[in-house]
Amino acid sequence: MSQVFDKMLDARGQNCPMPLVNARKEIGKLEVGQVLKVVATDRGSLADFQGWAKVAKNVELVGQETESDGGAPLYVHYVKRTA
Amino acid sequence: MDAQVEAGITTDPSRMRALEEKLRDLEKRLAQVEGQVAEDRVSMVVFSGDLDRVLAAFVIATGAAAMGQQVSMFFTFWGLSAIKKDTHISGKSLFQKMMALMSPGSSESLPVSKMNYFGVGAKMLRSMMKDRNVSSLEELMALARELGVKMIACEMSRDVMGIQESELIPGLEFGGVASFLADSLKSRTSLFI
Repeated sequence: MSQVFDKMLDARGQNCPMPLVNARKEIGKLEVGQVLKVVATDRGSLADFQGWAKVAKNVELVGQETESDGGAPLYVHYVKRTA
Repeated sequence: MDAQVEAGITTDPSRMRALEEKLRDLEKRLAQVEGQVAEDRVSMVVFSGDLDRVLAAFVIATGAAAMGQQVSMFFTFWGLSAIKKDTHISGKSLFQKMMALMSPGSSESLPVSKMNYFGVGAKMLRSMMKDRNVSSLEELMALARELGVKMIACEMSRDVMGIQESELIPGLEFGGVASFLADSLKSRTSLFI
């Protein structure tokens, strides 16, 4: 799947709660309807981004995938600003 | 609506009054219900002055704020150590001085709840967190501030322990139990840490 996105956030190496907090900051800079791609190494970010999208009224999780970065997993999230 | 019925309602003054009264009553009840509905809010009492517990409090606070929640943190008793920037001795009673000397001087010298070994454990934990690129307590506190987390210092315990306002970090509110309850009663989640 290749998801379209407008901006990318590199959250590799960051731990809870930083990928979420930084994504929140970045999404605020986007226009409504735009998509932020977040690349993280924190496995917890998978569930965290799902939880965020479930609770927050202004974001939608349009996609999640796990890629491999030389054997180490990379967790990729696509978050859309909806309001 | 049937024109005749409508005319009947609008021309019958007692019926109109009854309806108006009912409407007023409903509006009042709606306002009451609206006042009781939980907001997107998380509130916490931070009672502990242990580094590990305070860290948990700030991870939850910053996470919740990032998820779009309003966050209130109420610092009381040992939790006040977490929002201290330094410690003064002058202007305190004997017991207050003793307490000040035996309490952490600032957030940077909080002990861990287990395996502290006179501060070695806390230093070890901080170093291990740094190795794993986890934000320090002070970074999380700055972040909480930036995300608009409300921090309230308990005025009563501050006064009892003789902690002066000048010893605390700036930007705090001061309040009592009602200021916490006013927020916690409107919260979906309320924690005691």
